[in-house]
Amino acid sequence: MDAVAVRQPEMAPELHPRESFIRHYIFSIDHKMIGKQYFLTTMFMALVGGAMAMLMRTHLAWPDNGVLNPEQYLQAVTMHGTIMIFFFLTVMLTGGLGNLLIPLMIGARDMAFPFLNMISYWTFVPGVITILLSYFVPGGPAGNGWTAYAPLSAIPAAEGGAGLGQTLWIIAILFVVISSLFGSLNFLTTVLNLRTQGMSMGRLPLTIWGAFVTAVLALLSFPVLMAALGLLLLDRLAGTSFFEAANLIVGGAASPHQGGDALLWQHLFWFFGHPEVYILILTPMGVVSDIISTFSRKPIFGYKAMVLSLSAIGFLSFLVWGHHMFVSGMHPLLGAAFMGSTIIIAVPSAIKTFNWCTTLWHGRIHFTTAMLFAIGFVSVFVTGGLSGIFLAIAPVDLYLHDTYFIVAHFHFVMASASLFAILAGTYYWFPKFFGRTMNETLGKIHFALTFLGIYGTFYPMHFIGIHSNDRRLYQTTAYPFLSHAGPVDVFVSLSAFLLGFAQLFFIVNFLWSLKYGPVAGDNPWHANGLEWTTTTPPPHGNWEGALPTVYRWPYDYSVPGAQNDYVPQTVQAIPLAAAAGAAGGGT
Amino acid sequence: MPTLVLERHRGGSLRGVGGRGRGPSGGDAAPGREPTPVGTGLLGVAAFLAAVTMLFLAFTSAYLARRQEAGWFAFTPPSVLWINTAVLLVSSGTLDWARRRIRVGDAAGLRQGVELTAALGLLFLLGQLVAWRQLAARGLFLRTNPHSSFFYVLTAVHGAHLLGGVVALAIVLLHSWQGRYAAQAHAGVTNCAAYWHFMDLLWLYLFVLLFWV
Repeated sequence: MDAVAVRQPEMAPELHPRESFIRHYIFSIDHKMIGKQYFLTTMFMALVGGAMAMLMRTHLAWPDNGVLNPEQYLQAVTMHGTIMIFFFLTVMLTGGLGNLLIPLMIGARDMAFPFLNMISYWTFVPGVITILLSYFVPGGPAGNGWTAYAPLSAIPAAEGGAGLGQTLWIIAILFVVISSLFGSLNFLTTVLNLRTQGMSMGRLPLTIWGAFVTAVLALLSFPVLMAALGLLLLDRLAGTSFFEAANLIVGGAASPHQGGDALLWQHLFWFFGHPEVYILILTPMGVVSDIISTFSRKPIFGYKAMVLSLSAIGFLSFLVWGHHMFVSGMHPLLGAAFMGSTIIIAVPSAIKTFNWCTTLWHGRIHFTTAMLFAIGFVSVFVTGGLSGIFLAIAPVDLYLHDTYFIVAHFHFVMASASLFAILAGTYYWFPKFFGRTMNETLGKIHFALTFLGIYGTFYPMHFIGIHSNDRRLYQTTAYPFLSHAGPVDVFVSLSAFLLGFAQLFFIVNFLWSLKYGPVAGDNPWHANGLEWTTTTPPPHGNWEGALPTVYRWPYDYSVPGAQNDYVPQTVQAIPLAAAAGAAGGGT
Repeated sequence: MPTLVLERHRGGSLRGVGGRGRGPSGGDAAPGREPTPVGTGLLGVAAFLAAVTMLFLAFTSAYLARRQEAGWFAFTPPSVLWINTAVLLVSSGTLDWARRRIRVGDAAGLRQGVELTAALGLLFLLGQLVAWRQLAARGLFLRTNPHSSFFYVLTAVHGAHLLGGVVALAIVLLHSWQGRYAAQAHAGVTNCAAYWHFMDLLWLYLFVLLFWV
């Protein structure tokens, strides 16, 4: 059974025959095409989710103008959260970036199971269609928050949008869950088994480490959500009583359910939900590590510490779900345990932050757009991380729970940070996949406006949150104690509009650069990763000839005495600078 | 400015700190180009089973938590479940026998064993339907009480996974007809058997959980 690799550089360069339009663009099994499909689909969903946010902010700035009625407002909140988390960030990071990058960065021809990869995308699409369809059913889309807490989500008569809209919501999320499971199974197997010769786990780029730990988290947490959604669906459609207590009066009529447990939904949901937020941040952490190292022209500081902290965060993410439920009622000792485990997560997170800063320290920093977004990531991650420490403390959380303080916290640490990394990654890898570089001027305007927009939108939310403004409150003007919040809300909304407007620069830049951007070479950033050793854009099968062999980690920047300030992973012996001696050797 | 440079002098060594020296390839994207590394399929099956384990752990914790609440009353297992359990256990035996046959190159024996296993699997599923009918005859339906709800849900989800196993067996059978398996090359059979045995164990676990915990 010795399947020893046989290298055949003399093989014909044409790996795959030309494919028909449908095989190439629609039912493709090439990970790069599937990645692009995911990328564009999730970008579209981000626009839908962003439009929801703009609607919410329009209403909140001028709550008396009746832009949205209470029901529509809650539906906008719900769909914004649902679409951004499930249909944009999760799938963009795994299906999009994961698909595009994993095989290229580990030196594989494709994913371990390319056909399953295609199935994964085509399981995601029905989810997208279902969630979009839910806008057009009687009662409108789900209005119960992205967490779908029972019993509101379990009883169709509970509110507008709790009818068919909520059922479609559950089905749509089930599609996403199944698609993500297929994807993460594939990523896990690919990273473990398809690394090229010399690409040990200890030489993996941190992006791949992030994607790998993410795949483990997704594989272990999504099934829990699947179970919970299945039971919820039965409660709604088949009249079982998993999540609703007995004797609920809904709409004047007694609900037929008997003795279910609404807290059970919260436990199941957050057992998934907390790993989920790390699914949204671990890949970004890896992406940012790679970009900061490349544009500081320095090795990443503390590679092993980075890997260990990624893994530690991944492990801890399964032990902290209770911190979402401090006010839901739990044994005080249990609360204390969850508080402790939550605070511990600050340690690996701080290790990563310090390592990014020390990588930048004394580097020769190139302020490309990708680098700006990567540094912006560190900024918003720290801002959001610090408020996380407040919220981890149970007695403080009792006060701040469900206020705008929470909204500010997770929009910084998870949503903005993740978005910044996605944008950084897009600017960084765009040349590899589309053959052209994105416009730097437009990119820098995009960054500046986005950065201002993010801080202008979410930073003031801390203050109105401490001021006890409930995060789902429809009309702030109804409460005298919130009268001071009015002008802040206007400022927040204007910042949010700026943030939305800034994304136009990105869209224009993206589309314009596809056709007119300056042609990029194989390695426009002088980076070390394997993906830069192949042609641009890479062919189906990724390398024309034999797969590359790896001799070093991807962070050999500014090696003392070397000819260039970068040494790609495929270089066996470092060519020395002429002054230091002519003996280059190797390649 | 000193920088940390790992592995700079590793030069000629390909193995580095443990890189996989074998089969650096990309699955069936490039057929016949580089062989898929050994055990990729089995790793995929293991990852899938990890996800299945989490699914049923979630159901288990829901079951144990829900049992503490009001409206719970337990019923005794339908008698046919004992027969079903025996059938499923035997099917694991026949599949293992089939796998032993192909290890000595007996493709016909493999096919017999797999056919028998698939038939026993379908018989098990039929038996589960009978169990549902027995419960229904006792007036226990999906919504009657939480115990019966969980019984129907868990048996249905397990049954769906087992049906997937039957499909996998059919594919193994098809591949065997195409002559794809030999004494030294039968990873597909091994992967399928791993899945099947897991479903067998899962059923034992559910049987115990539902009626003896």
